Amino acid sequence: MTTQIVPLTRKEFQSDQEVRWCPGCGDYAILKVVQSLFPTLGIPREKFVIVSGIGCSSRFPYYMNTFGFHTIHGRAPAVATGLKTARPDLDVWVVTGDGDALSIGGNHLIHTLRRNVGVKILLFNNRIYGLTKGQYSPTSEVGKRTSSTPVGSLDNPFNPLTLALGAGATFVARGVDVFQKHLTEILTQAAAHRGTAFVEIYQNCNIFNDHAFAYMTNKTERANQAIYLEHGKPVVFGDNQQLGIRVKDMRLEVVELSDSVTAEDCLIWDETNPVLATMMAHQLPPGPTPVGILRRVEGAPFEESVQAQIQHEIDAKGTGSLEGLLHSGDTWTVGA
Amino acid sequence: MTIPAPAAEAEPGATAGEARAERPAAEKIAEVVVRFAGDSGDGMQLTGTQFTNTSAMIGNDLSTLPDFPAEIRAPAGTLPGVSAFQVRIADYDIHTPGDVPDVLVAMNPAALKTNLADLKPNGILIVNSNEFTDRNLKKAHYETNPLDGSGLDGFRVFKVELTKLTRVALEELDLDNRSRDRSKNLFALGMVYWMFSRPLDNTIEWLNKKFAKKPVIAEANVKALKAGWNYCDITGAFQVRYDVEPADLTPGTYRNINGNSALALGLVAASRRSGLPLFLGSYPITPASSVLHELARFKQYGVTTFQAEDEIAAVCAAVGAAFGGSLSVTTTSGPGIALKSEGMNLALMTELPLVVCNIQRAGPSTGMPTKTEQTDLLQVMFGRNGESPLPVIAPASPADCFDVAIEACRMALRYMVPVVYLSDGYLANGSEPWKLPQVEELPDLRIDFHSDAEDFQPYRRDPKTLARNWAVPGTPGLEHRIGGLEKQEVTGNVSYDPENHERMTWLRAEKIERIANTIPEMEVFGEPNGKLLVLGWGSSLGAITGAVNAARARGYTVSRAHLRHLSPLPKNVGQVLASFEHVLLPEMNSGQLALLLRARFLKDIISMPKVQGKPFNRSEIQDKIVEILEGDAA
Repeated sequence: MTTQIVPLTRKEFQSDQEVRWCPGCGDYAILKVVQSLFPTLGIPREKFVIVSGIGCSSRFPYYMNTFGFHTIHGRAPAVATGLKTARPDLDVWVVTGDGDALSIGGNHLIHTLRRNVGVKILLFNNRIYGLTKGQYSPTSEVGKRTSSTPVGSLDNPFNPLTLALGAGATFVARGVDVFQKHLTEILTQAAAHRGTAFVEIYQNCNIFNDHAFAYMTNKTERANQAIYLEHGKPVVFGDNQQLGIRVKDMRLEVVELSDSVTAEDCLIWDETNPVLATMMAHQLPPGPTPVGILRRVEGAPFEESVQAQIQHEIDAKGTGSLEGLLHSGDTWTVGA
Repeated sequence: MTIPAPAAEAEPGATAGEARAERPAAEKIAEVVVRFAGDSGDGMQLTGTQFTNTSAMIGNDLSTLPDFPAEIRAPAGTLPGVSAFQVRIADYDIHTPGDVPDVLVAMNPAALKTNLADLKPNGILIVNSNEFTDRNLKKAHYETNPLDGSGLDGFRVFKVELTKLTRVALEELDLDNRSRDRSKNLFALGMVYWMFSRPLDNTIEWLNKKFAKKPVIAEANVKALKAGWNYCDITGAFQVRYDVEPADLTPGTYRNINGNSALALGLVAASRRSGLPLFLGSYPITPASSVLHELARFKQYGVTTFQAEDEIAAVCAAVGAAFGGSLSVTTTSGPGIALKSEGMNLALMTELPLVVCNIQRAGPSTGMPTKTEQTDLLQVMFGRNGESPLPVIAPASPADCFDVAIEACRMALRYMVPVVYLSDGYLANGSEPWKLPQVEELPDLRIDFHSDAEDFQPYRRDPKTLARNWAVPGTPGLEHRIGGLEKQEVTGNVSYDPENHERMTWLRAEKIERIANTIPEMEVFGEPNGKLLVLGWGSSLGAITGAVNAARARGYTVSRAHLRHLSPLPKNVGQVLASFEHVLLPEMNSGQLALLLRARFLKDIISMPKVQGKPFNRSEIQDKIVEILEGDAA
């Protein structure tokens, strides 16, 4: 394949299809970030493939002027695994939602993470089923009243971050639809990661689950509710950087910084430490919650290992001839 | 290599100077059916395979039927733990592993109990008498020892102390008795080799290679094999000795092959002939797993095998690889097809090439995984939501699996469609000699990816085949989106337009129908019209051919035909059916193809269903032919 000059504008990544999400949907903000990000990655447009499942978020490929595959419910990670394994040269992005990835497709998600297939997985978490009109999802809080749970849901939600960490993901991050600059930074890092990059994106469904993340997206509270993680830096946050996180008795605690407790006493964020990542992923509301990269480590991408094994066999045995293959094993000749 | 002369005069292990009974002259027979039966730990599959391979090397025509339990190791000595391997060898062209064995080797009471009813009257029965202990008799639910009394009258019974004799033969080896006992199947094989004048060298060579890293085991097995041969030669235990001469096979180079191995080779061949890398997405399931095992060994041919987390991921990964430009395959059995149906429809809607291999087993649900059936025909024809026709093709013999695999790939690539390859456990595990094809005579499957960005439309079709463009990611200017939603004709954009949906539905169906332009018409063997046609599909070919040939030899006028393409059907099927007064259709299901043909051609097919997890016997079909023709005459 020849490479051509990379298009450098957002416009060139916009498809001719009319965007049909509900007005005010958080998906618009994420689409804008991705369309703006792709031209900056130095990758030819024809190398991008966006693979999605079923749900509101999974309409995403239609709005991107790249190769795209709108597959079936829950199976996007499996389709993407096949594609990336067969074609490691492609830049494969999976767009999925909380129902698609964590309910019907939970199995494929954990196995893709376990294998460390070199795809980026953007999980739009709005904690509700949108396209089927508002049933509770596997990330809905207990007691959620929805069309299918009129007197409240009973089952515990998944925490996507702890799930991904438990599955052995090599890159686990969280962004928020309205934190555009931060989300761009997270996705830039995800794009650079070899292996599976898993990004949970808090996304507001203004029709069926409005204000689900308002506690941290609301302009006045935002700074005090979002813990921005940065590798190698002390975990401090707040409008005036007046809050910090420290480890005490094997737990994380929020502290107000003062003369006696300074940033130096706070946790220095280490994205390679799996225990810290898990502790941080467990920080749930009420109380500030983390955004940014929780875990990032090197690991052999699955598709590279697959190709290396094939190459090893070719080196060891030579490119097999079909004639030789058919004649392998015990043969005998019947004369004319 | 050339055919080795049967080593009738060889004395593979006889100690010089030892007394020996006079060796009876080998009586030439046209064919024999041997069944080895024992505990699943006794190595019966290995024993049968060795007898088969040696006979293949001699040049016999042959056909095999392995029959093993689903349990990897059922409790030793019990009835569910019995494993058997039947092989028929002949000096002429044969089609089935035989209805009833002439020779039964029973390694324990349970094997005797489960297999004796099949043994031919006056057949040869070799039993390991050492295993007929009170404990083993109880496990096999025998109240008295069947070796005593008159229960075995009517058979030629040879009671041999196989366990004891093997232990004695291996006395000087540094092994415990438990290890020595593992070689008793080779002792039995040595005896059968003697009885049928087979040479030992092929098996000896195989044992030495197989146990190269465990020389003492290799030595024990070789010793036991020779000891079994010598036991017969020295003691004169058998007063009978037979030989089956080479069959008159078409000149060429042959190897013995089972259906799943032939499938794996066919897929690699199709990959090479198309120039596309082979991608297999699969999840282990009986009786399809061996295809995954085979292909996993072929990495140097550029084959990627992906053992997925489940059946759904297996098919979806294959669809993803197909989008990327691979020759994509997924292999499974009926329960897996149930799970894959949505993924198959995704390939159908996105019009991507995919080969879905269903190695059928007895159902429903988990059913009888190691037993064979043809009960998934309607499942693969119709078991998907919406109007979703796709091509279905069925191999008819183990070697035919190779050609059918290539034909399945041809249809998938030429017509951009998922194709079902519908085999079964009987073909998968059964084997026969396969005349190796010339590589350059295999079909040319090369295709061109679309590359022209000028006025590109993803759903623009080839006017002849109706196949859409295959535009793989990475091609500049061809960026486009596909998916499971209904497509607008030509552009491939999402469309809910009612007329467009109906047009696309017919286009997808028409595309399948047009495949019929490129497949041969159904051939009729025997008179092209008349009283009775026996029609079949898939693995019943052998039994049907045998039955029709036998009936014709007895003077009955009966023709036969066999369907390879089940969807679309060859163009002349309706005309052939109309040319016969009666059409008999034996199939290993409740009459599924009969249902389809009746509906399509309004022909009152005589359905002959069999749902026992076992293939047809030649004789039962022959009886039915006679019944129809005699009944007609009356």
